[in-house]
Amino acid sequence: MAFGRPLLRTSYAEDAAILPTWSQRGALGVAGFALALAALGVPFFEAIPAFLLGGTWLTPFNTMLVFAVAALGINILVGVTGQVSLGHSFFMGVGAYAAVLLGGDGRGGAACIPFHEQLGLLENTTRCGLGLPIWIWLPASGIAAALVGILVSPAAVRVRGLYLAIVTVGLVFIGRHLGNMLPEYAGDAESGRRWPPLEFRWWRRTDDSGDAFITFDEKGAWFSWIPGTDGITLSDDQKAFFFYLFVVIVATVLAKNLMRSRTGRALQAIRDRDVAAEVMGVPEREYKRLGFALSSAYAGVGGALLAVNLARVGPPEWSLFLAVDFIAILLIGGAGTIAGTLMGTFFVRLLPKMVERFTEKNADLAEGDGPVSTIASLLLTDGSRSDFGPIATSAQATGWPLPVALWNFVIFGVLIVVFLIAEPLGLFGIWLRIRNYWKGWPFSY
Amino acid sequence: MSNQGTIGGPLLEVEDITLRFGGVTAIDGVSFHVNPGELFAIIGPNGAGKTSVFNSISQVYRPQEGDIRYKGESIMGKRPDAVARLGIARTFQNIALFGQMTVIDNILTGRHIQMHESWFAGMKWFGAAKKEEMANRARVEDIIDFLEIQAWRKYPVALLPYGIQKRVELGRALAMDPDLLLLDEPVAGMNLEETEDMARFILDIRSELGISMILVEHDMGLVMDIADRILVVDFGKPIGTGYPDEVQANPDVIAAYLGEDFSADAGSAAGF
Ligand SMILES: Nc1ncnc2c1ncn2[C@@H]1O[C@H](COP(=O)(O)OP(=O)(O)OP(=O)(O)O)[C@@H](O)[C@H]1O
Ligand SMILES: [Mg+2]
Repeated sequence: MAFGRPLLRTSYAEDAAILPTWSQRGALGVAGFALALAALGVPFFEAIPAFLLGGTWLTPFNTMLVFAVAALGINILVGVTGQVSLGHSFFMGVGAYAAVLLGGDGRGGAACIPFHEQLGLLENTTRCGLGLPIWIWLPASGIAAALVGILVSPAAVRVRGLYLAIVTVGLVFIGRHLGNMLPEYAGDAESGRRWPPLEFRWWRRTDDSGDAFITFDEKGAWFSWIPGTDGITLSDDQKAFFFYLFVVIVATVLAKNLMRSRTGRALQAIRDRDVAAEVMGVPEREYKRLGFALSSAYAGVGGALLAVNLARVGPPEWSLFLAVDFIAILLIGGAGTIAGTLMGTFFVRLLPKMVERFTEKNADLAEGDGPVSTIASLLLTDGSRSDFGPIATSAQATGWPLPVALWNFVIFGVLIVVFLIAEPLGLFGIWLRIRNYWKGWPFSY
Repeated sequence: MSNQGTIGGPLLEVEDITLRFGGVTAIDGVSFHVNPGELFAIIGPNGAGKTSVFNSISQVYRPQEGDIRYKGESIMGKRPDAVARLGIARTFQNIALFGQMTVIDNILTGRHIQMHESWFAGMKWFGAAKKEEMANRARVEDIIDFLEIQAWRKYPVALLPYGIQKRVELGRALAMDPDLLLLDEPVAGMNLEETEDMARFILDIRSELGISMILVEHDMGLVMDIADRILVVDFGKPIGTGYPDEVQANPDVIAAYLGEDFSADAGSAAGF
């Protein structure tokens, strides 16, 4: 290990390492540690995300972690294999449905229970689920989505480019339709259904009492069963954070390993030059199918966790908009690289929250006096005629001035166009440039 | 190299193949054979159908008539990747590298058929997959040293100069450990020095690795210097075949290259 010369590698293994330099390992370790401390509510560390995202920052952050899992999947298909799919939300839905069929309500092993009894609903609603534990439904959600991916792949591997995009859009609509037709499984379009909670138990839930050995959705201590301790008291968001973070790390390492091994290179070869890849001995269709299956498996796990994270969802969740979000993540972050995918997820999921938060803050500021308040009140408008700022304070506003949610749309649309034109490698490309600049500093060439 | 087919028989036999695209007949009854260890050249004017012959051998195109046998076995109707696994490698006239991948990854992709670990082992990495990766990486470094492209190995190939890209493509084909190598205009667009380097690599490949080659090239000086035997095609038809000196003296060949009005004397004066 060459400490003095960080770029001198002495073995091929070192050269192929995920984080080849000690400075990278160190930086990531420190960042991870700081994040964990922040999640645990340690004052100094907590202050930074709380400033950017507000006091309940862990909630959007958890959703972002779940998105990251699915985003790593779309990267395998679109970024690595080069097959543009708009069907990612369909496969996320498949994973979520698999999770709810296996893990959803179904106490005492009843496959389908009349649900109105529990909720006091008037209409006769039935919900089906086997009530199996997470260690079954989570892997199964990935496997189910992968199998469906393989099922549709004969159609998908024969078309490319725009045609593939159209075929996969079709999947989203088929999925929505099937979901609407089967409310016992998918939940109905308006109110959805409850997804299994994050909790670990050995086998089926037998009653409502806590036979789980780790629950995520109830306040209380973890590990209190260890004799002589009270356990550690964590909120449900904090518990979920550590679980999601673990899943993201595993998903990232697996994806990175794929990229640096034989299969990942074959997929990239198909993306870059499909005919040349075949002539090198890579069976194109088989590998496209594999890319589809692996991407769908990630989508399935991500979809199941997203539904669990939202607690109550219905078929409209798995929409084309969701699929487009993932394309935006890739375009902004940088398709084809793991780091870019993660950066893109962070950006697409959390930046809108920051914008929202700062407009809220501005609304407060605009009440007061002084230069800051003047700027804030110039930007914001409550809709009255004399007020002409570009941002509406009311979310229901239509037309100009635009509400924050629409500004987010506009900002992302513009960003995607800018990235497509100026920086095809996305945020990752910008990062590479900055890094290379400092590596060579003070000689920029 | 492994089994060279039927003892004493040719490595590759192309028998009377015809390939049409709608109304265009790209190849019209071409036959030839390549012996083990031989450096065989195909020449002809632009649009003569040379690249189409390569595409037919790789089964990227499917000739409507005729047969192609490799080591005595017909390869007609096989998929391109199956042909590759039989031991046929090639380079492309308009470089077809994997642009976003590094030089190392391009050449490692050439090792695809020599490697066997599954996607599952790859995702696990530690264990068999890592071992296989490291062993093949060492092999790739040998090729990089042979082609003298050490300085470029970590760059995405799309950023490299043309001449270097041509070398990387040769390296990627060599990584397949082929028995037969198809080179489509390996020195096109190169200056004299680069051409000499490439000629040296080709000769080394033959003498050190014993790989049979088919060379398509417009640089007549190079072809006449290094080829064992030559096939001349024009408008998809074979118009002459034989040793370099025979081909140079063939009046049909001279006519095809210089037009019907030229005599054999004019042909040799024109640099054949
Ligand atoms: N995919 C295709 N579709 C239609 N026509 C084709 C196709 N490929 C080749 N051709 C035609 O076949 C003929 C032979 O082309 P080919 O590329 O094999 O020539 P070549 O000898 O390699 O020429 P060059 O020296 O310019 O590379 C040309 O008329 C070409 O237009
Ligand atoms: Mg050609």
